[in-house]
Amino acid sequence: MLVVHDLCKSYQETKVLDRIGFSVDDGDFFGVLGPNGSGKSTLLKLISGVEKADSGQLLLNGTPVENYSRKQLSRSMAVLQQEALPVVNFTVQEVVEMGRYPYQNWMGEEKGNQGQLVDSILHKLDLNRLRDRSLQELSGGERQRVALGKVMAQQPRWLLLDEPTTYLDIGYQIQMMDIIKAWQKEEKLTVIAVLHDLNLASLYCNRMVLMQDGNGIRVGAPKDIMQSELIQRVYGTKPIIVEHPVHLLPQIMLQQGGSFVE
Amino acid sequence: MSLLLLSIVLSLSMGAARLPLTEAWGILWHRLPIVGDWVHADWPVSSEQIILKVRLPRILLAILIGACLSLAGAGFQGVLRNPLADPYTLGVASGSAVGAAFIILFGFQTFLLGMWTIPIVAFATGIISLLVVLRLARIHGKFQLETLILSGVVVQAFLGSMVSFMVSLSDQVVNEIVFWLMGSLSIRGWPFTLMLIPYLVVGLAVLLSYGRTLNILALGERQAEHLGVHVARTRLIVLIVSTLMTAAAVSVAGTIGFVGLVIPHLVRLMVGPDYRILLPITAIFGGIYLLWADTLARMLLSPTEIPLGVVTAFLGAPFFAFLLRQNKRMKGA
Repeated sequence: MLVVHDLCKSYQETKVLDRIGFSVDDGDFFGVLGPNGSGKSTLLKLISGVEKADSGQLLLNGTPVENYSRKQLSRSMAVLQQEALPVVNFTVQEVVEMGRYPYQNWMGEEKGNQGQLVDSILHKLDLNRLRDRSLQELSGGERQRVALGKVMAQQPRWLLLDEPTTYLDIGYQIQMMDIIKAWQKEEKLTVIAVLHDLNLASLYCNRMVLMQDGNGIRVGAPKDIMQSELIQRVYGTKPIIVEHPVHLLPQIMLQQGGSFVE
Repeated sequence: MSLLLLSIVLSLSMGAARLPLTEAWGILWHRLPIVGDWVHADWPVSSEQIILKVRLPRILLAILIGACLSLAGAGFQGVLRNPLADPYTLGVASGSAVGAAFIILFGFQTFLLGMWTIPIVAFATGIISLLVVLRLARIHGKFQLETLILSGVVVQAFLGSMVSFMVSLSDQVVNEIVFWLMGSLSIRGWPFTLMLIPYLVVGLAVLLSYGRTLNILALGERQAEHLGVHVARTRLIVLIVSTLMTAAAVSVAGTIGFVGLVIPHLVRLMVGPDYRILLPITAIFGGIYLLWADTLARMLLSPTEIPLGVVTAFLGAPFFAFLLRQNKRMKGA
């Protein structure tokens, strides 16, 4: 369980997080939503331990995140980033194997045979035929799949997603989210996902927090967040909320001139 | 490895006084225990003197310096994630040269720290200039590829003028200027050669232990951080070790440019990007490269010597231009 309590963070004079608080239960697919500059990415940096909060608490299974060593944390928590992996000359398999880094000693050795793990990941992500290709030869969508493979090899309990579908087309977006969802169910992961796309969030998350100006202004299920007036208050445009005909979950439709509707 | 040995023996026999290849071999074999007894010593004493006292130390020195500089280059490139970084373009070499020149020209060689004085001072001034370059190049916490090189050039020009100024204050002007600004391996005997060995051994060991980490760093700093790498600590240690190797090389041989740039790239083309393999091969090829560059330097206009830095720059600068263009194209795509 992750407890975020009264978290504050400022860069120079600007307050980015202002006493935000919520909690994420084990097994949740938890969405973090909000307009640009509302503090989503900063929140993720604090949770992943890359930066420290100015005040407030961040408890991972009852222990403050800053008490974990980098290596301990990276064994239980993995992050899938927005940017695709850089165009390096390592092969797909080599990059996926890098996910084992937190488990290896300084010689790069590890107890047990991890070849099987890497094989099954490559298979699951349909990367088998690309395994010996250099990342330089891959498309952006394929590289993002390799990044997911590396994150899987990390065998985390917690998965943080930092808008991982931003640069993908709709086909790859759904593919990516489906793979993550299946993985989450199989391993009973807890996922915390910063997502830009409200509709995608509504389809995959069971709970979410809506942020504005560094504050969590509402926490709840998709039907509690996806409400016309609330969205308008936060994003400044009035959407139409409809029910998804198949999944029976709320979806938003944008409308022309929505920013001027009172 | 065998290429390295072959290069040693070939260049042993080349020089102002031309000695046959067999003689060079023989003298080397003769010095080895056990095997040495089988070789009949039928060469003039002068040959043995030239080989053992003049050429062999110089050759080993070239190899050690080449290995140090190219390892340092590989370290800088890995940790700054910048393909154009090397001790010369980052201004580290010039910084070390200022420190070393200052000590030598004003006769403080053994002041305070004995024989370690020059390398330590060269290291200090080298790391200061590295910090200045990094400071200049840092915009919003990020290093832009071109800005970093530009800052390096600026700092290097400034430091170069300081070396020239110091040298013009002393008596034996011309030779020393050439020595510090363009690098040379002449008039260096066994003591200098032996002094470099610990730097190379320690430097290689430390960098190798970071090989796996450097691989992961190639994916980006945030990626590395999320995999449990201490990015800041890694960067600090690799920068320090690379600067130390540069300082040691520079305090013996002056500024020799582009070695650290050319070699890691060529090796990368041959063996791929894995630093665990890249680093040792880079050390060996750096040694071979500088050995041949130095052999060219003393052979081409023999008996006049061309400064070694001139040879390496002549070969390295076009390569640098090529890399710069290639990098632009990669970004454009």
